[in-house]
Amino acid sequence: MTLHRDDEASKMGMWIFLFTELLLFGGLFLVYSIYRHKNPDPFAHAGSELDVFIGTINTIALITSSLTVALSITAIQKNKPKLAIGFLWLTIVFALVFMVNKYFEWGAKFEHGLFPGQEHFMSIDKGEQLFFFLYFFMTGLHGLHVVVGSILLGFVIMRIRQKRVTHDNFVFHENGGLYWHLVDLIWIYLFPLFYLIK
Amino acid sequence: MWVWVALLILTVITVSAVLVDLKNFIVFAALFIATIKATIVAVYFMHLKFESKIISIMLILTMVVFITFILLTFVDYSYR
Amino acid sequence: MTDLIQKEHLNFFQDKQGRKGIFAWLLSTDHKRIGLMYLYSIMVFFLVAMALGFLMRLELIKPGKQIMEPETYNQLFTLHGVIMIFLFIIPGIPAVFGNIILPLILGAKDVAFPRLNLFSYYLYVVGALFALSTLVLGDGPADTGWTFYAPYSVRTGTNVSLSVLAAFILGFSSILTGLNFLTTIHRMRAPGMTWFKMPLFAWSTYATSWIQVLATPIIGITLLMIIAERVLGIGLFDPALGGDPILYQHLFWIYSHPAVYIMILPGMGIISEIIPVFSRRRIYGYKAIAYSSLAIAFIGYFVWGHHMFTSGMSGQARIVFSLLTFLVAIPSAIKVFNWIATMYKGAIDMQPPMLWAMGFIFLFTIGGLTGLVLGALATDVHLHDTYFVVAHFHFVMFGGTGYAFIAALHYWFPKIYGKMYNIKRAKTAFWITITGFMLLYFPMFIAGFKGMPRRYYNQLPHFQVENFISTVGSWVLITGIILMITNIVIGVRKGHKIGKNPWNGLTLEWQTDSPPTIENFDEIPTVTEAPYEYKS
Repeated sequence: MTLHRDDEASKMGMWIFLFTELLLFGGLFLVYSIYRHKNPDPFAHAGSELDVFIGTINTIALITSSLTVALSITAIQKNKPKLAIGFLWLTIVFALVFMVNKYFEWGAKFEHGLFPGQEHFMSIDKGEQLFFFLYFFMTGLHGLHVVVGSILLGFVIMRIRQKRVTHDNFVFHENGGLYWHLVDLIWIYLFPLFYLIK
Repeated sequence: MWVWVALLILTVITVSAVLVDLKNFIVFAALFIATIKATIVAVYFMHLKFESKIISIMLILTMVVFITFILLTFVDYSYR
Repeated sequence: MTDLIQKEHLNFFQDKQGRKGIFAWLLSTDHKRIGLMYLYSIMVFFLVAMALGFLMRLELIKPGKQIMEPETYNQLFTLHGVIMIFLFIIPGIPAVFGNIILPLILGAKDVAFPRLNLFSYYLYVVGALFALSTLVLGDGPADTGWTFYAPYSVRTGTNVSLSVLAAFILGFSSILTGLNFLTTIHRMRAPGMTWFKMPLFAWSTYATSWIQVLATPIIGITLLMIIAERVLGIGLFDPALGGDPILYQHLFWIYSHPAVYIMILPGMGIISEIIPVFSRRRIYGYKAIAYSSLAIAFIGYFVWGHHMFTSGMSGQARIVFSLLTFLVAIPSAIKVFNWIATMYKGAIDMQPPMLWAMGFIFLFTIGGLTGLVLGALATDVHLHDTYFVVAHFHFVMFGGTGYAFIAALHYWFPKIYGKMYNIKRAKTAFWITITGFMLLYFPMFIAGFKGMPRRYYNQLPHFQVENFISTVGSWVLITGIILMITNIVIGVRKGHKIGKNPWNGLTLEWQTDSPPTIENFDEIPTVTEAPYEYKS
């Protein structure tokens, strides 16, 4: 079967997939907005338990990682595969920074008994329970996407090495970048909604 | 490069805005700034500026549908 | 020389693309083979769900217990709904005819992402197996109704998590299929085929695909939340734990209402293909029908609240949703008028596809109009959760999409298999089926109007007549369906060979061989005319 190469189609397919991811998280944002409307004070109180500093560091990490992945695509377009790979590794490093921070944040909550199912959690105000459940579910789902995105970028690195991604044929790289930017985009909304609530 | 700087500035604005007591308005302000950041990421980092217009139209329609989901649901909850 | 040409011209059944035995099917990325794999799987599941319906009607033949316990009855109607909706009607026309016919009708060699297509099929199979496994595992199938309303779905001990996980997986199959078709339609139309020279089946597939892509993720995430609530005991939707059950309903119906447009739009697309061919007339109002498909998809996103009029939403919300529901009826009505206008003064050829298509128009109109009765707030309060609703959705989903599916099967059968089925037997099957259909479902309007609740294992004596007629109708209907399927199967095995274009269709698929080769077209055609240009 001889199918001609169509980069526009590949990109369109990835964009449509991104729309589905937006709607997937969107459902959770809907739940969050309704329950915040119904429980403004418990949400504010629970939100103040989150560390704004770490959240801000994470935001900066992801935004910077978006920059580095965009730079990696510019590099491959200019036929500089080594530079491209370098920027991709940098992106993955920022992703790791993000995940490590997350690990410590979650760990701290766990120690305070605030994870759904733990005894202390079951005893706090219902509104706060909802906040923390949504916090763990949404940042968890987001974290999963950070991991998947990193693995995807790893594949891009591999393909550059294998010369399957070149300055002539980099739509796979672009699509990986698009997925990565989605991860950043979701965090851009998660951050104010969970961390900057008073 | 400048895109990155702009994003960082906006982040700083969002964080500091929280220190000002705006009560309910803070939600809209934070979401508004987040939307500006998101638009910048989409247009520049994700190259929407240089892609075929059809993708931008699809994105806008998708967002319209999603926002309407939230608005219609709030028509229920706001009036109970 | 002729030998060489004949060897290269293998049709897609013969051309195994280097694979052996069953792997020629299971590993094929050819859209026609994938479509047929979907067809055979879907037919099996349809028959299972039909059998469940048969058993339900046996129980309801008269008041009192007949053959099963009440709990079993709840599980039957749940599984009947889950299978019919998630395994038959939602995938149905897109997965079978979208896959087999869309590239042909666009003049393309395949869909945009053939391997993703095969992956979608496997997701479908895995989801189906999960759903069916609930029959034999643990406490049996879920007994919540296919709608899985909280809080019962959060508390019941039956296999809710497994069912819901199945629906989640099936949802992804649907999403990826939609993604594939959207890209195919945007990027792979034949040269000269502008948007407004595209056949209406492609338009309706396009609108459907948008709904699949944007609405399905919502139910995906909602079902995950149900599982989370069952496993972790957080109060998302269970009021005893501080949650809001109506929020579940909002989330559920934000998908499930658009889902019914996923069901009906492809069916309408098929009718738009068949009516011109068998009236030998150009379709009336091509642009109106194309735009109507988009309008139905768009407005359809915003009417979900009409499933919740009696659940406790605010008055303002109910009014808004009722108004939007009336709006969405308009484009559907436009289509019905246009089909009939196409037939007016046409040379009607009463072949089996046309019979099923006309059956569609008749039954869908009844279903659609009764939908308006339900969409009006005042009448819905009386009719919600009665058999009126059951009748309404069977008229639109079965009389509508189901009949369109069967019509498509009879229409494109010669193209897919290169043979023809027995026409007389096909027509007989149609008449038996539609008689059984009316006997089975029409009395339900009456019973519902008189107040008979749905999903009830037992019935009051004053609903007895309607129920009895209904059950007898189910026997007639099943006879018709079995005759229809048997006829098709005989046609596949022993039908007589037929040429490329037995119906004299004017769309591109009729230019390919019957059955088509793997690559569909030796040379991609260039399109100059609008479709359906019959010279009258």
